[in-house]
Amino acid sequence: MTDKVQIKGIREGLLVSVVEDEGDWNLAEKELLSELDRQKSFLQGAKLILDVNEYGINAAAMGRLRDQISDHGLSLWGVLSRSPLTERSAQAMGLATRIHQTERQAEPADGHGFDPNSDAVLVRRTLRSGASITHTGHVTLIGDLNPGAEIIAGGDVIVWGRLRGLVHAGAEGNQDAVVCALDLAPTQLRIAGHIAIPPQERGQTSPEVAFVRDGQVIAEPWEPGKAIK
Amino acid sequence: MSGRVITITSGKGGVGKTTATANIGAALADMGYKVVCIDADIGLRNLDVVMGLENRIVYDLVDVVEGRCKLRQALIRDKRMGELYLIPAAQTRDKNAISPKDMQRVCDELRPEFDFILIDSPAGIERGFKNAIAPADDVIIVTNPEVSAVRDADRIIGLVEADQKGPAKLIINRINQELIERGDMLAVADVLELLAVDLIGMVPDDQAVLVSTNRGAPISLEQKSRTGQAFRDVAKRLSGQEVAYTEENGSGGLFGRLSKLIRTGGG
Ligand SMILES: Nc1ncnc2c1ncn2[C@@H]1O[C@H](COP(=O)(O)OP(=O)(O)OP(=O)(O)O)[C@@H](O)[C@H]1O
Ligand SMILES: [Mg+2]
Repeated sequence: MTDKVQIKGIREGLLVSVVEDEGDWNLAEKELLSELDRQKSFLQGAKLILDVNEYGINAAAMGRLRDQISDHGLSLWGVLSRSPLTERSAQAMGLATRIHQTERQAEPADGHGFDPNSDAVLVRRTLRSGASITHTGHVTLIGDLNPGAEIIAGGDVIVWGRLRGLVHAGAEGNQDAVVCALDLAPTQLRIAGHIAIPPQERGQTSPEVAFVRDGQVIAEPWEPGKAIK
Repeated sequence: MSGRVITITSGKGGVGKTTATANIGAALADMGYKVVCIDADIGLRNLDVVMGLENRIVYDLVDVVEGRCKLRQALIRDKRMGELYLIPAAQTRDKNAISPKDMQRVCDELRPEFDFILIDSPAGIERGFKNAIAPADDVIIVTNPEVSAVRDADRIIGLVEADQKGPAKLIINRINQELIERGDMLAVADVLELLAVDLIGMVPDDQAVLVSTNRGAPISLEQKSRTGQAFRDVAKRLSGQEVAYTEENGSGGLFGRLSKLIRTGGG
């Protein structure tokens, strides 16, 4: 992953920020497109809001950019910039140039387990074989994780669906990470440095929570009212 | 007329794409539609053999793309049928001889002339597959009730979705009732549960397929064959008819508890 391009989920779609440096737009654009390429399976079909900071992009270049983004199977929804030139070209193409930024700071850090520094992505589709999501924060998937697909998260992983692929929670070493799924039947489950290969036969399909206890990955049925971990 | 381009693909090789293309093509032509089948498996052509048209090849798809002949000249008409045509693949070239744009161009030229344009895709997820799905309006995925084939089908369905080709439809080919009952083969229910796509056909495992392939005469034209019926049903469903999966057409009993799932179609 390059650190010149950052991707995070926001209410309107995915916010892709191109981090400022002295280079010209052409270089930054290359960087951006190759990052989109790398993250292809994760981004597919998403609505993009591009934050290009100070970069000035004229109308012709903006048109090219939009075409290239749609070649990647994405749609460009908005462009944010501090450059008036960029704003004008974006507006001329009917792209949004403002988004509501209120939501991200809305929640107070009042000690109820809310961590203002962590971020989470929400993915709402089936992750099929070959798909891979890597994220430094938490990942929530609404949909199935099929065999051959994987989620690698720095934090927790929640699958509102059938978890049958590979999940690595706490991938950067967080022993407290948990994995929750409506049907927890992974090909392999990892939490921090621990690896679990679940038994083949499993009678139940009730919601379960997996976590590390005494150096082992354990899965327990979810019970209403019971604290997780 | 504006023909529908339907690409038949699979991920895993040898699951029955070519067989399905030839049989569905013949069944559609038999129903009165004007159909062209394109062999997009450049370098490994065999749709011509299965359709029994091998000895009539003069020009192929690469000749068309590279301008050595007119599209019309590469169309081989199956004289035993109403309006069934084949555009063969080149045998002596490879997938890189053609680009996705070429395929789109060829299909755009065919659309006004045909009701259905069926493309027989090569296995895999590389260039040949990309060529084959580029012009597709609809994609049919062929799989066998077998773990590795289903896994590859899942991968392909993901790629097709990413290409915004709309939901792919599934043919489960080579279903063996006995093996399923013995617990040695995935049941249709298991396959559908995992793939969560609409089913468009269930085809039994049948040695008669091999015989008909060797003769170059599609089994879908044998009125008495259950397997032929299964392919004819796919053709009917493609043409918009509703055909139930019943005992008579060979798919009874394959479902058990699952009939409900099929009607609702999955996600
Ligand atoms: N329903 C069936 N019952 C029995 N045999 C079948 C059936 N369908 C296909 N076959 C056999 O399986 C073999 C492979 O079929 P086919 O060539 O159609 O697969 P394919 O997916 O096109 O392969 P490739 O990936 O190499 O292009 C052939 O020998 C064919 O006769
Ligand atoms: Mg084939």
